[in-house]
Amino acid sequence: MDAEILARVQFAFTIAFHYIYPPLSIGIGVILVIMEGMFLKTKNPLYEKMTKFWVKIFALTFGMGVATGIVMEFEFGTNWATYSRYVGDVFGSALAAEGIFAFFLESGFLAILVFGWDKVSPRMHFFATVMVSLGSMLSAVWIVVANSWQQTPAGYHIVGEGIFARAEITDFWAMVFNPSSVDRLSHVLSGAWLAGAFLVISISAFYILRNIHVDFAKASLKIGLSVAIFASLFQLFTGHQSAMGISETQPAKLAAYEAHFDTSAAAPLYLFGWVNEDEQEVNFGIAIPGMLSYLIHGDSDTPVTGLNKFSENDRPPVNIVFQTYHFMVAIGFALIAISLLGLFYWWRGSLFKKRWLLIIFVFSVLGPQVANQLGWFSAEIGRQPWIVYGLLRTSEGLSKAVESGQIIFSLILFTLIYALLFALFLFLLNSKIQHGPDAPKSFDLEEDSLRTKDANKFKFLKNIFKSEAK
Amino acid sequence: MEITFDLNTIWFILIGVLLTGYAILDGFDLGVGALHLLVKGDKNRRIMINSIGPVWDGNEVWLVTGGGALFAAFPHVYATVFSGFYNAFMLLLFGLIFRAVAIEFRSKQPMEWWRKMWDRAFSFASILIALIMGIALGNIITGIPIGPDKEFVGTFWDLISPYTLMVGVTTVALFMMHGSIYAVMKTENELHDQLKGWVNNTIIFFVICYVATTMTTLVYFPHMTTAFKETPVLFILAILNMLVIANIPREIHHGRDWLAFISSSASIAALLALFAIGLFPTIVLSNPNPEFSLTIYNAASSQKTLNIMLIMAIIGIPFVLAYTISIYWIFRGKVKMDSMSY
Ligand code: HDD
Ligand code: HEM
Ligand code: HEM
Repeated sequence: MDAEILARVQFAFTIAFHYIYPPLSIGIGVILVIMEGMFLKTKNPLYEKMTKFWVKIFALTFGMGVATGIVMEFEFGTNWATYSRYVGDVFGSALAAEGIFAFFLESGFLAILVFGWDKVSPRMHFFATVMVSLGSMLSAVWIVVANSWQQTPAGYHIVGEGIFARAEITDFWAMVFNPSSVDRLSHVLSGAWLAGAFLVISISAFYILRNIHVDFAKASLKIGLSVAIFASLFQLFTGHQSAMGISETQPAKLAAYEAHFDTSAAAPLYLFGWVNEDEQEVNFGIAIPGMLSYLIHGDSDTPVTGLNKFSENDRPPVNIVFQTYHFMVAIGFALIAISLLGLFYWWRGSLFKKRWLLIIFVFSVLGPQVANQLGWFSAEIGRQPWIVYGLLRTSEGLSKAVESGQIIFSLILFTLIYALLFALFLFLLNSKIQHGPDAPKSFDLEEDSLRTKDANKFKFLKNIFKSEAK
Repeated sequence: MEITFDLNTIWFILIGVLLTGYAILDGFDLGVGALHLLVKGDKNRRIMINSIGPVWDGNEVWLVTGGGALFAAFPHVYATVFSGFYNAFMLLLFGLIFRAVAIEFRSKQPMEWWRKMWDRAFSFASILIALIMGIALGNIITGIPIGPDKEFVGTFWDLISPYTLMVGVTTVALFMMHGSIYAVMKTENELHDQLKGWVNNTIIFFVICYVATTMTTLVYFPHMTTAFKETPVLFILAILNMLVIANIPREIHHGRDWLAFISSSASIAALLALFAIGLFPTIVLSNPNPEFSLTIYNAASSQKTLNIMLIMAIIGIPFVLAYTISIYWIFRGKVKMDSMSY
């Protein structure tokens, strides 16, 4: 296989895996701020117990985020060296800003958040929680700015010719506030809040259904639900803003999202369908006539640029972005629906008696996760064949010094290691959930009488890891 | 040698400072990791891990930020070195992943096999990371094959030579010494006394490696010493370096553990400064065609970017220092474990 495909598969795989964790950390971070703020205000120990429990979950997702994030920081250089030379002047400064302004803030105060309960005053601890949450959002700011610049470049000029051409910055703030950064940043952040909120909702609903830790779970669920109601509606709004932006900045992408081939008046909006790219038509679909024109231009008769306006080799693959995009939007509406249902029954006072809704809540945690992944896949595949939109093609961005054999080697290792990590992550998340809010986190080996019992319980795992450790 | 303090030089220094910060801070926690398996008993091993517990993540951010700053200030160096050292960097990444995960996961289950497995992962990963970084440093000294288009034109095996391996082992030894001193500082009672005994051994190990590496460098890679011949005052730095290393056993002997730690931090800073002075103004030497070397001028970003970044650094660095100092202050003293510990 050629190095381009391999490098893309590897990048997609490692970033998609990384992106399981940051949204959880960002989302839970906000919820921790709310919980600990309530504790400071009410002095009710229930809130302290809640904060301490969710901090443990947070520490787990954060640890995974760090371990997989370092890979991303280096992967531009290892796999996309030519791209790095081309964009370093512009893109590098955003990445460096992320380190200086965000990662130091996060990691420093994380120490206090997790280990500092007895070392600092409650107010100072709360301050640390706020800083960690702020830091995690700031890191999203800078990385999304960098990514948005490659989607909609601004504030730069090109110097040099041929293989020595590269983008240089001319206006820093125009680079930061490029046409898509604000829309995309707000969409990404609220997607992250949804991820955190629905994790909290899911675990709490599970406790309520099991009838364990009930007070704790009810209070947690209410906080999670409040965040979810706000964020799911905000997600629709920001997503719509993004789509309007794209219609101007990346019309080929919007046309691919909606499988809109011919620029005609009254563009329809498909609810679902299957795109036949050769015939340029959508099969098995249901569409609202004129709706796309209406959403974009506020008038159902104004034409929307179609894919046929672009030459064959400037078009992204259509069906895959159509599907990922539509599935994300569908999940978005589903999340709004269950959040509002939750609100309705909460107001009626019967939320915790609706077992069917609680069961949906238990599974709802998957919604934002899947939608976050799908969203990135649509945005990034929709950008193809450009790695920097309109300036540099993905096929030109590769590392010249790296051969496909090397990428195969690293890709296989990444796959194995990440599979192992993911299994461990789920296993530990599960055992934390099973232990619940009262269980101690650490045990001393010598003093632990439960050891043999636990060891038996995990015998099958033991065998797996034994062979792994060799 | 003429030094003009233009933006390119300032960024050479700043990236040097970031990487020195990384070597000093993550150096001790890698060193603690390298020594980890020599410590016996679950309780003692927990103390070792918790001695770096609140700080190791922040220490690693120095590397992440150093990488980001290198990308922004000298994109050609970032691109050439990272794609050229592909296999080595992948191994480094796997080391970093396993180490982070081992620290995070070890305490989460009580079973003996579980903890032993993560103990090994933690320790081997720490050694591997230090070794690869040392080998990379060695390659920067020997120079690597670079073509006219700034691309690396060698193979993975070109990067491994007796000399680069020697620099790698020296780096491991340096971090072991630094880590053992840190561990002495953070522990009490028997573990403290045991670790104290190791400090001397690690110093001896390091000094042997260091002398051997220095001799080899002087004989085979004299370009690293041109700056010193031209500007003899720089020899003061080399002498200072010797003095701070010699000072370590003295401070340990008198029980002033933290002064010993300051000394070994200073020796790391001095070593890297010697290295950087030897290199300047080249960043990556092209061997055999020195005219294709990457320097602070032909590998840099535009003046505008360097300037913007300098403003960011001036705004950001005071905050970074403030967080770093307060964290180390809050978690000062001997390790005390509670329910949140690893
Ligand atoms: C969860 C998914 C996800 C996330 C969070 C990101 N991307 Fe992306 N990226 C993809 C999903 C993706 C992808 C859909 O998987 C791509 C497009 C096609 C491919 O092979 O990988 C990809 C490719 C891709 C490439 C390689 C070239 C290419 O195939 O286009 C670069 C350099 C970036 N992206 C840059 C970024 C940056 C700087 C991001 C930070 C904000 C980012 N991506 C976040
Ligand atoms: C290709 C793009 C990306 C790169 C190069 C990258 C780089 C990194 C690195 C190096 C870390 C570890 C830092 C540490 O040691 O604390 C990290 C963690 C993190 N990243 Fe990414 N990242 C990328 C994509 C994203 C995206 C799209 C987001 C959010 C919208 C994001 C948000 C975060 C957050 C919040 C963390 C903090 C730790 C955590 O909770 O996981 N990253 N990232
Ligand atoms: C409610 C309906 C939704 C609409 C109309 C919508 C719209 C959009 C649009 C147009 C984009 C592309 C932006 C671009 O290419 O630059 C996008 C991207 C994205 N969406 Fe959505 N979205 C919705 C729901 C969701 C939900 C529920 C989530 C996750 C919880 C989500 C997460 C994402 C992510 C992570 C991206 C990629 C980042 C970006 O490009 O902004 N979206 N969305």
